Amino acid sequence: MDLMGLTAVELGRKIRRKEVTAEEAVLAALDAIEKREKKVHSFVSVLDREAVLERAAKVQRQIDEGSLMHPLAGVPMAVKDNLCTKGILTTCASGILYNFVPTYTAEAVRRLEEAGAVLIGKTNMDEFSMGSTTETSAYGATRNPWNTAHVPGGSSGGSCAAVAAEECSFALGSDTGGSIRQPSAFCGVTGIKPTYGTVSRYGLIAYASSLDQVGPVAKDVTDCVVVLETIASYDSKDSTSAFRKDCRFSEALQDEVKGMRIGIPHGYLGEGLDKEVREAVLHAADMLKEKGAIAEEFELNLASYAVPAYYVIACAEASSNLARFDGVKYGYRTKEYEGLHQMYKKSRSEGFGPEVKRRILLGSFVLSSGYYDAYYLKALRTKALIKKEFDKAFLKYDVLLGPAAPTTAPKLGAFFSDPVKMYLSDIYTVSVNLAGLPGISVPCGTDRNGLPIGVQLVGDCFQEKNIIRAAYALEQTRGYRRSPLCGEGGAGDEQNI
Amino acid sequence: MPGSLPVLNRQAVEYAMAVGIAANCDISNDCRFDRKNYFYPDNPQNYQISQLYAPLCTDGSVEIKTQEGKKEIRIHEIHLEEDAGKLVHDEQTGTSLVDYNRSGVPLIEIVSEPDMRSAEEVIAYLEKLRLMIQYLGASDCKLNEGSMRADVNLSVRVVGTKELGMRTEMKNLNSFKAIARAIEGERARQVELLEEGKPVIQETRRWDDNIGTSYAMRSKEDAKDYRYFPEPDLPPLRISAEWVKEVKARQPELREEKLVRYQKEFGLPAYDAGILTGDKKFADLFEATTALCGRHKKVSNWIMVETIRLLKECGMAPDELSFSPENFARLVVLADSGTITSTVAKEVFELIFRDDIDPERYVKEHGLATVNDEDALYNAVRQVLRDNQKPVEDYHNGKEKAIGFLVGQTMKAMRGKANTELVNRILREELQKDENM
Repeated sequence: MDLMGLTAVELGRKIRRKEVTAEEAVLAALDAIEKREKKVHSFVSVLDREAVLERAAKVQRQIDEGSLMHPLAGVPMAVKDNLCTKGILTTCASGILYNFVPTYTAEAVRRLEEAGAVLIGKTNMDEFSMGSTTETSAYGATRNPWNTAHVPGGSSGGSCAAVAAEECSFALGSDTGGSIRQPSAFCGVTGIKPTYGTVSRYGLIAYASSLDQVGPVAKDVTDCVVVLETIASYDSKDSTSAFRKDCRFSEALQDEVKGMRIGIPHGYLGEGLDKEVREAVLHAADMLKEKGAIAEEFELNLASYAVPAYYVIACAEASSNLARFDGVKYGYRTKEYEGLHQMYKKSRSEGFGPEVKRRILLGSFVLSSGYYDAYYLKALRTKALIKKEFDKAFLKYDVLLGPAAPTTAPKLGAFFSDPVKMYLSDIYTVSVNLAGLPGISVPCGTDRNGLPIGVQLVGDCFQEKNIIRAAYALEQTRGYRRSPLCGEGGAGDEQNI
Repeated sequence: MPGSLPVLNRQAVEYAMAVGIAANCDISNDCRFDRKNYFYPDNPQNYQISQLYAPLCTDGSVEIKTQEGKKEIRIHEIHLEEDAGKLVHDEQTGTSLVDYNRSGVPLIEIVSEPDMRSAEEVIAYLEKLRLMIQYLGASDCKLNEGSMRADVNLSVRVVGTKELGMRTEMKNLNSFKAIARAIEGERARQVELLEEGKPVIQETRRWDDNIGTSYAMRSKEDAKDYRYFPEPDLPPLRISAEWVKEVKARQPELREEKLVRYQKEFGLPAYDAGILTGDKKFADLFEATTALCGRHKKVSNWIMVETIRLLKECGMAPDELSFSPENFARLVVLADSGTITSTVAKEVFELIFRDDIDPERYVKEHGLATVNDEDALYNAVRQVLRDNQKPVEDYHNGKEKAIGFLVGQTMKAMRGKANTELVNRILREELQKDENM
């Protein structure tokens, strides 16, 4: 049986029905990793086979006893390497944490483990989530399962590639400026960035605290929703955690969008947008219209200020959040040094990669006295104004629809030489984080080279159900398409396109 | 640890509010936290969560009393922040160790206005704050243990000038005495500088109490840029009027109120009330004990005389007192009712002070109850008179004082348990008999 071709919920159902054991399920994942990992490199670390099997056996016993009934019990999962996992190396894909083994498990991961999901590995990412291609990882780039000459996107590129390469049934990512939605689009999978505060950040190694949010990546909307229901909870250990009365997101898994008001920001369809992506996205809007939704273009102001505001705020917070990596307590410490200050300087210079250093410098600069008002404060004001614009839009619309990224996945190295080009590719996703909104990326087509295109649906705060409903309706029409790497004949290897 | 997050401690906020209320501050309904960024190993995150833009309490004042009378000291603000770890420098190995146990513990910083004019006023202000905070239960305020710390900003100016002079800040002040010395030292240093025509430089100085001098740590020119920004991990704290009201309603009785009440309600002399309320531990012990046995003046005496004597003898601080009010109250009753003599009472009290024994049981087990048996006392007195011919003669020769010695000898023979009045009476009777013979 092709267990890894199943969705997480399908696999979980088979396990509960005793058609498949948890051990068989995790073995299928480990076998898939053995087969495809060389080509894709989705993982920073894959767990020891014995340990995974032991954990699966324990889950199986609980299933047999009837004490574990969760839809994800026994299902193999992968977790982005910026989520702490007790006793398991957690690097943030950075040299500075090359040896960091946390003493505790992140709340989101803990909740999934409690539900019986079995962790099989920690996925690759851009170093400290800083990047849009997963190329800034200190442990080598991840490749796109649809074409290994291309990047998977980022920063949760490892999680999205692992799902698309069917190396796990689902994965956790984190999204600070599009880090779940953009790679989901590039890898032809589905990913949700929940409303800020929905999932506890406890144990998520922070990039930008006010924007970071943990979310699911999976083959389809249903899987994402089941994972989200499992990880969403109020957590007193995270002071920015929101108390939500209704987290029954699966109620929205209905192919029913009649009367749904959909707004398409006009500016999201303009300059810089690839023609094929534009067509696929508009086609998705048409599909929803056919099902009875009302869709129209509208003007979302200030959209062009989102990228600069985002980079100022995110880098400012990062410069402070990453100050703790100094060689004193854990992680990398330079070999030779004289005195404390040289130890700091050398450890950090050698431990961090160039993109991380760039953002720390930028963040330190915008917070410096004399520049604070001109940059940081202005960015905060811009953030507030952008939120207001969204508030206005959601008076008229239930869902905003647009592309997740301006293009399909670029080739490896294409962004590397031009960071500003990379920053600008975040144009459709960052404003969602600035406003704390929920967003979902679902596959809606492929370009002429067969690379996936994703459509992004954005809802008002705490209105995940609207975007889930719309995404589910789209998915019902189109269905899930497997990446060539997992299909017949081993397609998806490096192609010159 | 990477991934860990700060959580605001509700109790700490309420303590800070209580201090703010006691110091007549406005409690802000919009209280925000900011990050202060600096690299130093005492802080595991290399930033400190503090309050720069919107502190919890503002615009307060406290009244102090000095030789010159009463004076109001204005308080600019009280803000909450997290404590850093503690660096321990090992000079033998030339290494430094960090103790993170204190790291992240909430603390309040109370910023006064430049209203104090002498070391005496500073000490009075600090004493005032310390007692207030101890009574509120917010901290034990021990300078030597770091649960109360003070940085002194000081400037001098020519008599009659309006403008304040350039100030310096002094750190590392570990006792009130050190603070007083540091103030005198710094005042003299600044006066000397100005008299020599040199300017005072705005800088942070570290006081070394061993050699009685301070040295510059850093000046304003190399002041750090702390790159403050709003703390993203802690949302703004909205403090409702109801919450402030709640904390106000729970506010315990402070020293000034107790001072008046002890005199009015229990008829204690002002001197007693002053000593008892001068330390929260004494006041607590006094109240808990009198609640059990009444006898306010007696309890007060036991605290003021025997307790303080034993504390001094043992080199202990009042808050190290560990005996229970129950045993203390029993002792006061035993002594006051005459069940044991004052000599025995003092002995037993020492045992309570050290080991918190039950005095009733102890007195019973050791047969320490006062002997009122006249036959036994008669026999003892006769023996003492026989054995002490010289003092007896002295007495008969008009040396009234000799009787004290004889009483003492009898008490000694009775191992302190004899009823002193009876001994006195019998002794006089017997001496009288001698004379008549």
